[in-house]
Amino acid sequence: MKAFTYMRAGTLEEARHQAFLATSHLLAGGTTLLDLAKCGVVAPERVVDISHLPGLATIEVDDAGAAIGALAKMSHVAEDDGIRARFPAVAQALMLAASAQIRNMATIAGNLMQRTRCGYFRDPATFADCNKRRPGSGCAAIGGVNRNHAVLGTSDACIATYPGDLAVALVAFDAQVHLGDRTIGADDFFLLPGHTPEREHAIEAGEIITKITVPASPAAARSAYLKVRDRQSYEFAAASVAVGLELEADGHTIRDLRIALGGIATKPWRARAVEDALRGRTLDRANVHAGSLRAMEGAIAHADNRYKIDLTPRVITRAILSVGGLA
Amino acid sequence: MTDRMTITLAINGQSHKLEVEPRVTLLDALREHLYLTGTKKGCDQGQCGACTVHVDGARVLACLTLAAQVEGQTITTIEGLAGEDGALHPVQAAFLAQDAFQCGYCTPGQIMSAVACIREGHASSDDEIREYMAGNLCRCGAYPHIVEAVRLAAETVR
Repeated sequence: MKAFTYMRAGTLEEARHQAFLATSHLLAGGTTLLDLAKCGVVAPERVVDISHLPGLATIEVDDAGAAIGALAKMSHVAEDDGIRARFPAVAQALMLAASAQIRNMATIAGNLMQRTRCGYFRDPATFADCNKRRPGSGCAAIGGVNRNHAVLGTSDACIATYPGDLAVALVAFDAQVHLGDRTIGADDFFLLPGHTPEREHAIEAGEIITKITVPASPAAARSAYLKVRDRQSYEFAAASVAVGLELEADGHTIRDLRIALGGIATKPWRARAVEDALRGRTLDRANVHAGSLRAMEGAIAHADNRYKIDLTPRVITRAILSVGGLA
Repeated sequence: MTDRMTITLAINGQSHKLEVEPRVTLLDALREHLYLTGTKKGCDQGQCGACTVHVDGARVLACLTLAAQVEGQTITTIEGLAGEDGALHPVQAAFLAQDAFQCGYCTPGQIMSAVACIREGHASSDDEIREYMAGNLCRCGAYPHIVEAVRLAAETVR
């Protein structure tokens, strides 16, 4: 880890002023920044510690929805009674992420800012080529070992998977990311790699996430997060899904369905094709199975990750049936 | 040479003043500056849990925490667990009684994590213990005895 200077921000304004500088990096929980600094992926000249800023760690939940302060810890949000009652998928996504220690450190806003776990991105000493790290240098993952890489949202420049869980649930339920003067939908906050994979978030210099809001909805209240992975705990998703379901009064017609996917795409992936295919249909196995297959339209497999195209619709099917009480 | 900074850390009930580079992690401050070597460096990348300590009572990874970041907070390490008379903490005693280690390198982190796991109320079944202790790896594979020790310690503490 290269040497840097340290300053503890006393106010949000002070932190914003520092955030204008490309050489300054904000430090909240530290689980991404210090990890990547040790990997040699980032080399801040100045670390601006915002973890002690007051008033940014509150969690408020009411009939309208949830407002989660940027500095709220993953563990606190996951254990919050209001979040668990009205947004079970959000609580579950947090509980199934990382480890107890990391959940005690990592903040909600920092979680949104986490970077890909692509092994080529994380190892600049061995792999010089990475369009995310050094724009235009190439992609070692395309043609490399890419079992954990994305099948949706990829480009010729980058196939790195978005690794997080929380954002998948946030995208499913139309969360908003508050940046002080402006607000942006969670889906739009995460950018496709396209020709600019180095740019992952729609956040500008000088902007700091202050809070995240999630509107309440019947689908959010009847929701779950299903994560399938290589080991049972403390592992990133091979494929994951946040599902929310609202039925008509008849008890079997789907009125509202929310599906977002993790572990398979370059950003948290809202599966609108599945939602559109099943809205208004009867909740049964045949419909859900057929509808879930729509999620993989446009998927592109590389040498080692074709299994995700088979796995993902099964995970979606299981999650919908489970939330619907049919599995 | 980067600027060094003087910080004061509250560790195991004692105040320690030290001069460190800003990039020094809490783990390196403990081990290399204060010679509190009970906290172990495993992966140094947040993946193994060997460096688990408590900050304001919550278990965290010392390798991904800057020393400067926790100035003003209360830090507890494995050295601060036993009583002043040397009496072992119930979790330490349970690890001994259940032979919950082989090489012992991950053990301080396992014990610090287990103390918090029990305090959080996440040690009510073997499955829950396995889930909430998942951030502490044991390359010797002493997991069955670790689960046993945590469960028995939880019963004692209750």
